[in-house]
Amino acid sequence: MEFIEAVFQYEFLQKALLTSIMVGIICGVIGCFIILRGMALMGDAISHAVLPGVAISYMLGINFFFGAVFSGVLTAIAIGFVSQNSRIKHDTSIGIMFTAAFAAGIIIITLLKSSTDLYHILFGNVLAVRSSDMWITMGIGLVVLAAVYLFYKELLVTSFDETMGAAYGLPVRMIHYFLMTLLTMVTVASLQTVGIVLVVAMLITPAAAAYLLTDRLSIMIFLAAGIGVISSITGLYFSFTYNLASGAAIVLAATALFILVFLFSPKHGLLWKMLKVRKKRASLV
Amino acid sequence: MHHPAISIKDLHVSYYGNEAVKGISLSVQPGNLIGIIGPNGAGKSTFLKAVLNLIPKDKGTIHLFGSSIQEARRKIAYVPQRNDIDWDFPITVLDAVLLGTYPNLKLFRRPGKKEKIWALECLDRVGMKDFSKRQIGELSGGQQQRVFLARALAQKADMFFLDEPFVGVDVSSEETIVKILKELCWHGKTVVVVHHDLSKAEEYFDQLILLNKELVDFGPVSEVFRTETIAKAYQGQFAFMKEIGV
Ligand SMILES: Nc1ncnc2c1ncn2[C@@H]1O[C@H](COP(=O)(O)OP(=O)(O)O)[C@@H](O)[C@H]1O
Ligand SMILES: [Mg+2]
Repeated sequence: MEFIEAVFQYEFLQKALLTSIMVGIICGVIGCFIILRGMALMGDAISHAVLPGVAISYMLGINFFFGAVFSGVLTAIAIGFVSQNSRIKHDTSIGIMFTAAFAAGIIIITLLKSSTDLYHILFGNVLAVRSSDMWITMGIGLVVLAAVYLFYKELLVTSFDETMGAAYGLPVRMIHYFLMTLLTMVTVASLQTVGIVLVVAMLITPAAAAYLLTDRLSIMIFLAAGIGVISSITGLYFSFTYNLASGAAIVLAATALFILVFLFSPKHGLLWKMLKVRKKRASLV
Repeated sequence: MHHPAISIKDLHVSYYGNEAVKGISLSVQPGNLIGIIGPNGAGKSTFLKAVLNLIPKDKGTIHLFGSSIQEARRKIAYVPQRNDIDWDFPITVLDAVLLGTYPNLKLFRRPGKKEKIWALECLDRVGMKDFSKRQIGELSGGQQQRVFLARALAQKADMFFLDEPFVGVDVSSEETIVKILKELCWHGKTVVVVHHDLSKAEEYFDQLILLNKELVDFGPVSEVFRTETIAKAYQGQFAFMKEIGV
């Protein structure tokens, strides 16, 4: 109750709330495609890889959005290049490239600025969101949602059966990099809320919970967005009330929801599965 | 008007320098049911993917209906090998078949009522209409393959490519699939089927492409289906051949 009063009272909390709701939605939506394409590791990699871009943007005094998208997409291309042109497997290539980008980012930031900035970029601080950050997040969010809405058909085919897509003439490589660009944008939008290190949790955990709840992609996307939003609000509440790190609180809220779904999901939940097996066995005695 | 359905000249494909397909030339007339036969690792899938330009080729020219593959794409339906599919994907049978209508939908357009009715018709044709609301992983292997055939039918293609459609498929599903493929050919469509197993080949196909990296033989089934040519394709796999009574 205090939290709700505080939301009405304090503008910084309103901004925090709106920003984290948008982050919950877009992470959930993009996360569905990430996990269905088996790219969870790629999600982690790209989110880390925006760091040098953010650092260089600070250095040049430009908006960090541009630097972040640039270094994120460049890393995605480098990962693809190494795995396609050598016997190095995709996950190995991911490991090499994103750690390199991340390390470069850390060095640039430590050369440049105080370590508090680094801390905030890495772990987020939603209660310090400025108006301009909020508008960037809203703008990115709308672009991402519009892109998924408009290209839903293409994203669905290439996620389910990429070869079919290629066979009827879809530019599957381009769609892959398009998705990587959206992923980078989502990471940038989430910088303030959950931070670079934990973005991957917001991409994967709500989507994974949604995956256990439905057998249709369209429904999964809405559920993932919903679970993302609930996690964001719950996390923000705990972060505000008990003065906890916002990103970590949001991620743990998502984890708690995942565990609930993992146990109690009507069709794929552990508990119901066990109960069904038991009932069946009992009926055969 | 009298272009061959498929015409291939001197096709070479390799993976990192290892040749998987060597110097294949052939041409196929429309309305035929064609089997691609050869032992495991013979390059059958590679050949198919190269014909559809899904993997790069080292050399060779390919024409479908006298035009390049890019121009012919909308006339082609491809059914991948079973293990290329994630059967846990959150998609229902009907939605999977609806994917077949995508190639003919404009950018930003969603399948509507018309497409759904058509998809259900295609499902009906393979005898899977009652399963339209199931998740695709909840079907048997034969049912899954029939759903993918329905998806290909939904594409309204002129040419069908199927990679090992009979693997892990029950007898009655196999019969349904073969029956539909033969009907397609009677309507002038061209159907190419990869099949690693010699049994039934004589019964199913009009023409055979016998492949073992190189083109071992190509022609009407009765001509290709002689022991020497088969033996050449299946070098060292005689035990298997005796089993099926070649
Ligand atoms: N992606 C790939 N990378 C490297 N080698 C491959 C790849 N795909 C197939 N091969 C090799 O090419 C040969 C032909 O494979 P394939 O076309 O799948 O044979 P088939 O379908 O007749 O069983 C095999 O030796 C296989 O190991
Ligand atoms: Mg094969």
